[in-house]
Amino acid sequence: MASHARIAIDNISVWFPLYHGSARSLKKTMFAAASGRLGQDQQHRVVVRALQDVSFTVGSGERLGLIGSNGAGKTTLLRVLAGIYEPVAGRVRIQGSLNAMLDPSLGMNMELTGRENILLRGLYNGLTKPEIARLEDDVAEFASLADFMDLPMRIYSSGMVVRLGFALATAIRPQILLMDEWFLAGDADFMEKARARLEQMVRGAEILVLSSHQEGIIREWCTRVLWMDQGHIRADGPSDEVLAQYLGHPLPTPAEALPA
Amino acid sequence: MSTAATLHEIPPAPADVVLDLTADMSMRSRNRQAVEDVVAGLRLWRLALTLGWLDVRLRYRGSMLGPFWLTISTGVMVASLGFLYAKLFNMDLRSYLPFLALSQVLWGFLASLVSEACTTFTEAESVIRSVRMPFFVFSIRTLIRNLVTLAHNIVVIIVVFAIFWMWPGADAFLALPGLALWVVDALALTLLLGAFCARFRDIQPIVNSVMQIAFFISPVIWKPEQLGASAALLFINPFYSLLEIVRAPMLGEYVALRVWAAALVYSTVLCAISWAFFVRARGRVTFWM
Repeated sequence: MASHARIAIDNISVWFPLYHGSARSLKKTMFAAASGRLGQDQQHRVVVRALQDVSFTVGSGERLGLIGSNGAGKTTLLRVLAGIYEPVAGRVRIQGSLNAMLDPSLGMNMELTGRENILLRGLYNGLTKPEIARLEDDVAEFASLADFMDLPMRIYSSGMVVRLGFALATAIRPQILLMDEWFLAGDADFMEKARARLEQMVRGAEILVLSSHQEGIIREWCTRVLWMDQGHIRADGPSDEVLAQYLGHPLPTPAEALPA
Repeated sequence: MSTAATLHEIPPAPADVVLDLTADMSMRSRNRQAVEDVVAGLRLWRLALTLGWLDVRLRYRGSMLGPFWLTISTGVMVASLGFLYAKLFNMDLRSYLPFLALSQVLWGFLASLVSEACTTFTEAESVIRSVRMPFFVFSIRTLIRNLVTLAHNIVVIIVVFAIFWMWPGADAFLALPGLALWVVDALALTLLLGAFCARFRDIQPIVNSVMQIAFFISPVIWKPEQLGASAALLFINPFYSLLEIVRAPMLGEYVALRVWAAALVYSTVLCAISWAFFVRARGRVTFWM
């Protein structure tokens, strides 16, 4: 490959405006986490400072884990990396093709059929007709949807939705993979299949950014950890060091840390 | 691995940078990003087309006649209103009904487009929050959805024209420049109202009321001639000028230069306001969801 994937985040801040009298879910979810992060912008609107002066770079080959309590800014940071939220200050530079697995439904329309949702995603990624046909086959087979492919997704079981979302998200191989921890949902049988496919994808990606609550997952997948706290980076370094700080005690040796 | 890595380690952006966002509030860079949004949106035209088409299919999924229900309801409305108003206004059905069919169908397009422009971005909330997508894709989608509806309603016009055997002839092609202007205006409107209504959620009911009033004060069910001498002032109403540049050629009538000039001026103003607002709002729309 001629050029390497790279992420450069330079002093970015992201603020969410809170509009009076609005009952938006954003407000509800942010307030719980906002403790001490409410402020005002120049126009005296109340804002939540979701990210504040965050800087780091990630080079090709790195596996970055984001850890922190609820509302620490992990998901917001992933959305910034995906180009969904544009920062109010600072600069974001992403080099390389990118795939963001941020929520299980991935913007899928529940009224449409599985096949139609796959078509839309294929078109979004600029695939040609034969490529989309191959994507359909791949996803249908992996998600074992069979006859459900031509039925509206709203009648799918939640497991089926997750499987479809997962299969679709992992069908397109990016250089940079952004992942929230939702992919861990799903039945046990599916988890094994998912794991193999995910491992293949992660290995194929040059950069992985993974947000999770579970230190076991982070330890297993990541080489470097960012500890997010109240919208700031609290610590940044090799996984074991930062995790030990985060947990407040040294990590057990690998032998004891085998997943249950 | 340091916390404060600097950008100096990165060589100047090579061609394959997919994303470079600087929180630069200068008008110039905002304008450039808005242009990039439109260009990227046009590149994803296949996606936008499919989205618009699926919207129509979805609305009528499970119904036997599908979108042709629209045609039927428009047809019934034109027929019943036609007989009523021809009586009320003391008009000859032969001249009134083709006029009404055409007006009603074209106005139906304008009214639903304006109303749906308001939800252009909010209806796509789940997509906007999960992937980076050019906003212009949703503008094209709203336009396509309404064009598909319009295409179904055109059947009503054709039937009415056939009943009275009144064909506009080759003059009808003069409606094409007008339709082209409609497309531009429609896209501008979706950007403006789409972003504005995402920020202020109570705008849509206001817009709908305005369209209701506009329907009555514009010559949709009544003919401009009925105003007598005051008809010369009609060009003050933007809806009249815009409606007339498409409707008149299809009735085999001549469009006054003044009407076309007014339509162009209104469109320019609309596009300018829309662009100015979109340039300012584009980066913020996601936060308003």
